[in-house]
Amino acid sequence: MRHIISVLLENEAGALSRVSGLFSARGYNIESLTVAPTEDATLSRMTIVTSGSDEVIEQITKQLNKLVDVVKVVDLSDGDHIERELMLVKVRAIGKDREEMKRVTDIFRGRIIDVTDKDYTIELTGAGAKLDAFLKAIDRTAILETVRTGASGIGRGDRVLRV
Amino acid sequence: MFNVSALLPNNPMELTGAEILIRCLQEEGVEHVFGYPGGAVLFIYDELFKQNKVQHILVRHEQGAVHAADGYARSTQKVGVALVTSGPGVTNAVTGVATAYMDSIPLVIITGQVPTHAIGLDAFQECDTVGITRPCVKHNFLVKDVKDIAVTMKKAFYIAATGRPGPVVVDIPKDITTAKAEFRYPETIGMRSYNPVTRGHSGQIRKAIQLLMTAKRPMIYTGGGVILGNAAEELTRLVRLLGFPCTNTLMGLGGYPATDRQFVGMLGMHGTYEANMAMQHCDVLLAIGARFDDRVIGNPKHFFAEERAIVHVDIDPSSISKRVRVDVPIVGNVREVLLDLTKQIEAGKHEPDQEAMKTWWAQIELWRGRDCLKYDRASPLIKPQYVIEKLYQVTKGDAFVTSDVGQHQMWAAQFYKFDQPRRWINSGGLGTMGFGLPAAMGVQLANPKAQVACVTGESSIQMCIQELSTCKQYRLPVKVVLLNNKYMGMVRQWQEFFHGNRYAESYMDALPDFVKLAESYGHVGVRIEKPEDVEPALKEAFSRKKDLVFMDFVTDQTENVFPMVPGGKGLSEMILV
Repeated sequence: MRHIISVLLENEAGALSRVSGLFSARGYNIESLTVAPTEDATLSRMTIVTSGSDEVIEQITKQLNKLVDVVKVVDLSDGDHIERELMLVKVRAIGKDREEMKRVTDIFRGRIIDVTDKDYTIELTGAGAKLDAFLKAIDRTAILETVRTGASGIGRGDRVLRV
Repeated sequence: MFNVSALLPNNPMELTGAEILIRCLQEEGVEHVFGYPGGAVLFIYDELFKQNKVQHILVRHEQGAVHAADGYARSTQKVGVALVTSGPGVTNAVTGVATAYMDSIPLVIITGQVPTHAIGLDAFQECDTVGITRPCVKHNFLVKDVKDIAVTMKKAFYIAATGRPGPVVVDIPKDITTAKAEFRYPETIGMRSYNPVTRGHSGQIRKAIQLLMTAKRPMIYTGGGVILGNAAEELTRLVRLLGFPCTNTLMGLGGYPATDRQFVGMLGMHGTYEANMAMQHCDVLLAIGARFDDRVIGNPKHFFAEERAIVHVDIDPSSISKRVRVDVPIVGNVREVLLDLTKQIEAGKHEPDQEAMKTWWAQIELWRGRDCLKYDRASPLIKPQYVIEKLYQVTKGDAFVTSDVGQHQMWAAQFYKFDQPRRWINSGGLGTMGFGLPAAMGVQLANPKAQVACVTGESSIQMCIQELSTCKQYRLPVKVVLLNNKYMGMVRQWQEFFHGNRYAESYMDALPDFVKLAESYGHVGVRIEKPEDVEPALKEAFSRKKDLVFMDFVTDQTENVFPMVPGGKGLSEMILV
């Protein structure tokens, strides 16, 4: 089953490699991993999307907690949560496709953030499935390049992860 | 307004990084550092030279330094300290670090590093120490500012020794050892990201007791956690209070007195018949400071073919429900949990089902009657088991016994009856050949008056034999008990059982003359070829209080370790003699 795990960890050199090293050493899956400092510059927050049986997920959270740099671990999938991912897509936009591309982007509440006479760069935010749907909706051959951040997640309502 | 200190050209309170490092070791009460100098640590060695509180032990290979620090730590419960240079110094030390990590031994390993400005430029003797050691340390640090040395060292010792212990590497670039800073050693340290638990959850403890009291066929299975957690006394009290059978893992030997009637021997791949049968057929299992590893429970599917309730006590939550599902997990310091369990059982009105216990013990005695450790005592060849039995008698069961890895290790574990914790010192998790001799040096340094035996094989001993030189330099009277069958015995045994007697590369031709070798290092060497000479040789060796005596026992080449649970088989599917 897919799980989305949030980790607060010391913002120190090597902390990221401790986490990624743990996943590769123990053979856990990583679908995506994002990390950046929080409003408290001494802490980083990481969102890991992974999958595995309940036993494996239990081990993942325990092993993460065991890392000395890790302050807190929460499996967001245990409760209500929101996840968002950012995608940038560069598409060919010429002739009648140019108008169509703009329309689809609007439907998905995306934004065109860079324009040349031949292409658009589109910014799109949402859950991973929405980004997938967008890529399906446009002409595949028009896609020149895509880049995705991987999911960031946060608990709903008063579910708060902090020190 | 002006800053006075800015006017002083040289703040007299400022020390170099190297001085600070040595002061930190002194503050931690470190008496011995095992190490080997090199370019990146020259300033540290210079400071070691100028003081005499911390004694440096010069090994002959960095692997030996870490194993020696490891043996030191295992035999004393202090944190062992090693000091090595950058690059090859570190890579040589890695085997030692991984050994300590697998067995949760508290060590601080200080490694030199090239100067900060050279890091990442493929400098001479540079390696990514923090990267290389990351998967085999509890934690590691790269110190980038001289001001951080003191607090980093404080953290290193704290992390190494608390919670589930483990090795911590502190990597210090050369320029940091010459830079200056004020020295203040923190008295305590708090880390928001590191807070090991101590007390077990009281509700869980109650549940555990309820389960134990309903047991018809209970079993207590304990591991290295009881030794590391200094809980042998508390365990013994609880086991006697309950009257249940108790088994120890390879790492847990000495946690419960081996000569006691309630002890059913070691369990696992080479465990006793009675221990493995009781483990397989029990209905309530109390596991304490043990981790159900593959050498202990055999095939997990087979293990779970029979139903049993499991209570698992461990300080490391990730050890619980890792390989087996557990019914009552208790996370906590084993000593605290054992005390709580005992207190509540004594205060409660319930006691174990005596009728059921009688039946269960009768069954265990039947298994015990199988005499699974028997061997041919009439053989004209020296049987390795016999040597260990005699070693046990001659040392009155009071020696520290280190071992390498293989058949000799299993025989030592089976035949030397450890009644006390921290006396059996071996590489259980990583299974590192070459561990025994350097570990024995550390044990002997920490326990100068004690009898220290290194039980080894002719293959293992050669992996760190250079340390005989260190033993000479520091006059360490270790007794080397070499069970020489000219084979990598355990490899040979597997080849005999599972590879059609094809002894691929397990016979070692061209062995050195170990007697002459020992003598060339300045020690006493002796070869023993007949069973009747075993005991006199051991007596003579242990009467030489000041000498390292290297005993080369020429043993039966075909002897195998029994019982044996073949890989992939269930615990009760043992090959018996």
